[in-house]
Amino acid sequence: MRKLFVCVVAALMAVAAAPTQAKTPRDALVMAFQIDDIITLDPAEIFEFSGAEFAGNTYDRLIGYDYQDVSNIYGVAAESWTISDDGKTFTFKMRPGIVFPSGNPMTAEDAAFSLQRAIVLDKSPAFILTQFGFTADNVKDKIKAVDDMTLVIETDKAYAPTFVLYCLTATISSIVDKKLVMEHEQDGDLGYNWLKTNYAGVGPFKLRQWKPNESLTLDRNDDYWGGAPAMKRVIIRHIVEPATQQLLLEKGDIDIARNLGPDQLSTVRNNPDTYIQEGVKGAIYYLGLSQKNEALSKPKVREALKYLIDYKGMEGTVVKDLMTIHQAFLPKGFLGALEATPYTLDINKAKELLAEAGYPNGFKVTMDTRNTSPIMEMAQAIQATFAQGGVDLEIIPGDGGQTLTKYRARNHDIYIGRWGPDYQDPHTNADTFARNPDNSDDAKSKPLAWRNAWDIPEMTKLADAAVLERDPAKRAEMYLDIQKAHQATSPFVIMFQQIEVAGVRADTKGFIIGPSFDDNRYKDVTKE
Amino acid sequence: MTNQTDRLSRAGAGFKGLSLPSPLRTVVNLITTVLLTFLGLLLVTFIIGRVVPIDPVLAIVGDRAPENVVERVREELGLNLPLYQQFFIYVWNVLQGDLGNSVLTANPVLEDIKRVFPATLELATVATFFGVILGVPMGVLAGVYQGRWPDQVIRVVGLLGYSIPVFWLGLMGLLIFYARWPWGELVPGPGRLDVFFDGLVDPVTGVLLIDSAMAGEWEIFWNAAWHLVLPASILGYFSLAYISRMTRSFMLEQLSQEYITTARVKGVPEWRVIWVHALGNVRVPLVTVIALSYANLLEGSVLTEIVFSWPGLGYYLTQSLLNADMNAVLGATMVVGAVFIGINLLSDLLYKLLDPRAR
Repeated sequence: MRKLFVCVVAALMAVAAAPTQAKTPRDALVMAFQIDDIITLDPAEIFEFSGAEFAGNTYDRLIGYDYQDVSNIYGVAAESWTISDDGKTFTFKMRPGIVFPSGNPMTAEDAAFSLQRAIVLDKSPAFILTQFGFTADNVKDKIKAVDDMTLVIETDKAYAPTFVLYCLTATISSIVDKKLVMEHEQDGDLGYNWLKTNYAGVGPFKLRQWKPNESLTLDRNDDYWGGAPAMKRVIIRHIVEPATQQLLLEKGDIDIARNLGPDQLSTVRNNPDTYIQEGVKGAIYYLGLSQKNEALSKPKVREALKYLIDYKGMEGTVVKDLMTIHQAFLPKGFLGALEATPYTLDINKAKELLAEAGYPNGFKVTMDTRNTSPIMEMAQAIQATFAQGGVDLEIIPGDGGQTLTKYRARNHDIYIGRWGPDYQDPHTNADTFARNPDNSDDAKSKPLAWRNAWDIPEMTKLADAAVLERDPAKRAEMYLDIQKAHQATSPFVIMFQQIEVAGVRADTKGFIIGPSFDDNRYKDVTKE
Repeated sequence: MTNQTDRLSRAGAGFKGLSLPSPLRTVVNLITTVLLTFLGLLLVTFIIGRVVPIDPVLAIVGDRAPENVVERVREELGLNLPLYQQFFIYVWNVLQGDLGNSVLTANPVLEDIKRVFPATLELATVATFFGVILGVPMGVLAGVYQGRWPDQVIRVVGLLGYSIPVFWLGLMGLLIFYARWPWGELVPGPGRLDVFFDGLVDPVTGVLLIDSAMAGEWEIFWNAAWHLVLPASILGYFSLAYISRMTRSFMLEQLSQEYITTARVKGVPEWRVIWVHALGNVRVPLVTVIALSYANLLEGSVLTEIVFSWPGLGYYLTQSLLNADMNAVLGATMVVGAVFIGINLLSDLLYKLLDPRAR
């Protein structure tokens, strides 16, 4: 017994005396980030936030855009490009001298192969490319390398040029190392099973290791054509709990905390050792009102609900620092985004509208709500103001997969959701919020307008016309018109636009939070 | 004492008619019942997984995929087949050693489990160790001083262990002993190792204390041990609460027996009466209690794993369940089942060693 006691005491003392490790090294960036959404590392399949961020830092595309002003599109792996007079042929001149970490030089063939591969594999994000008329059968003719340095892409119609170009900046347009990928091909899978957990690109960083639900480690690409980054290594640790992330940041065991809530952010802001970095994201938060519900299908009820939300109050409390008021389907920063915010909390006006619609005493309705922060808090705030107008809102909490399954099957009354654009062109959101080519239950295409059973043949035509308008000024005008009508009549109560925030140690500079999820970049990070 | 294997042996009693030699019969019965248990476990989990209102395709294709991709993936996963066919296909694959791939991690389920289970095993073992070395003496004291202040203090300590959410306790522990500790930090932050040590030791068993010791990497060993202290203490506190309460009631039962009075009358020293005579008779049921509490911890403690960023079985299982990642759920369930059966067998074995009547 005594021996045991001595052993235990000795062990405890040894543990307590273990050397305190130095804080994060000067040439490594350590970050806490919820990365459990990564299900693949193959850019032809990546469609998740963290996955997109990984690809953004490790895979170059033909072109890119300026984060401050997305209308400024510039060459990355392509040095320059031209568009034919009929607007259907895009010719890219590749940048000479780019070499993959494998040692293979990058050619136009790699770029052509990457796009062809994404279309043939036809994974979730493939529609971003197939909407230009590419199919597995025709893609070899429509996208091809005419010589080592020239890539030609031919679309089926003359679309707005920026629409095509923005889609070429998306994750799915990342350039993979053809030779390396094909070395790992099994049964004609174009290297899909291998690339799911491996890496074959060129970018400022390259993959070192991915441990699902645990960590993602990147190494610097010392030979990067655009100059090697300052950080030798980037270590991303999957830390679920925001409060834990905050403690780690406070102690200096991480340089950046990525998933902080309003509570943690105010602490981070007041701490001299840390600061808050923000960037306006394209994601918007909205309520989807199912038109299968009789009350919600009345235009005046839809309008009334738009007056029953305390936008300002929520912006100052439950979504403080995380969101900014926005009420149109195109996020700020997009071509033709409508920035007007006509709706504020107005109980009397809402009551009048409800009475006109035949609901002077309000009505009962349910809302499917993800049980995560801040969605749940938002739902509760909405429930309180709805009640003031006489609308009895029952919140049905559920896990993400569960509520989404119900929403996709059109079994909801109200769904509180978040939608992020897939690429920087306005069509991405117009396509889902303002288009519904077929409102039947077995429709081929099921955009958000379909999920809420909103039948809009006229608006669908307007959105289809806007994507073919080649004059940017006219096109912006068209989107403004669609949004104004949408804002007034649609069953979407658009409330906020996301601001992405990170808590950063004072000595860490240069982390960029760009407008899209693959624009969060580590390349320019330095530590003092 | 009724436990699972006893029940299992009875369930397999039909094989008695085969008139095999007795030890062989026991083994055959055991194997049959273990297989039947696994099959039942899989069937129930499978059905639960299929009736939950979550579309498993969503985890793979996400919310944005066009309808044709959704339908194609549904077919690739075999989800368009009738349920019983899906189940048979799964069991057939398992029999050939293929647990399938997890859609969330893109890895074979077996590989995932090899990664997450040792983390849970390490944490649960150390936690149970803490729970036992503190819980048993506390329970004995509480029994001996029934109704007096040591009993009251231990009761409150136990009650707190039962009632404080582990989530809160974990965060407070981190706040006090890691973030706000006035002299540097008493314990390290969350995770199994400091970032710099991550990946430096080849995973042989997956249990860091063993792997680092085998590799002679003592710095990593101490770092891993140091990282274990807080989460294991907090988990251990919960098993302590349970173990001390149970020990107390076992002790009370023994202390009221006549042989105790006899021993006291004979002049046996009081410490010997308590720690040898009474506790000696308590050890048999105590083994079951400890085994059960250990088995519970081995299922993984989701909240502790989340607070301490501990990549264990509990978090893996929960994430998989919430995304209807059935291969992963079924694989992890089998591990949990195997743990329960294994621990039951072990406690049976110990029972026989400790109790002469059972030999």
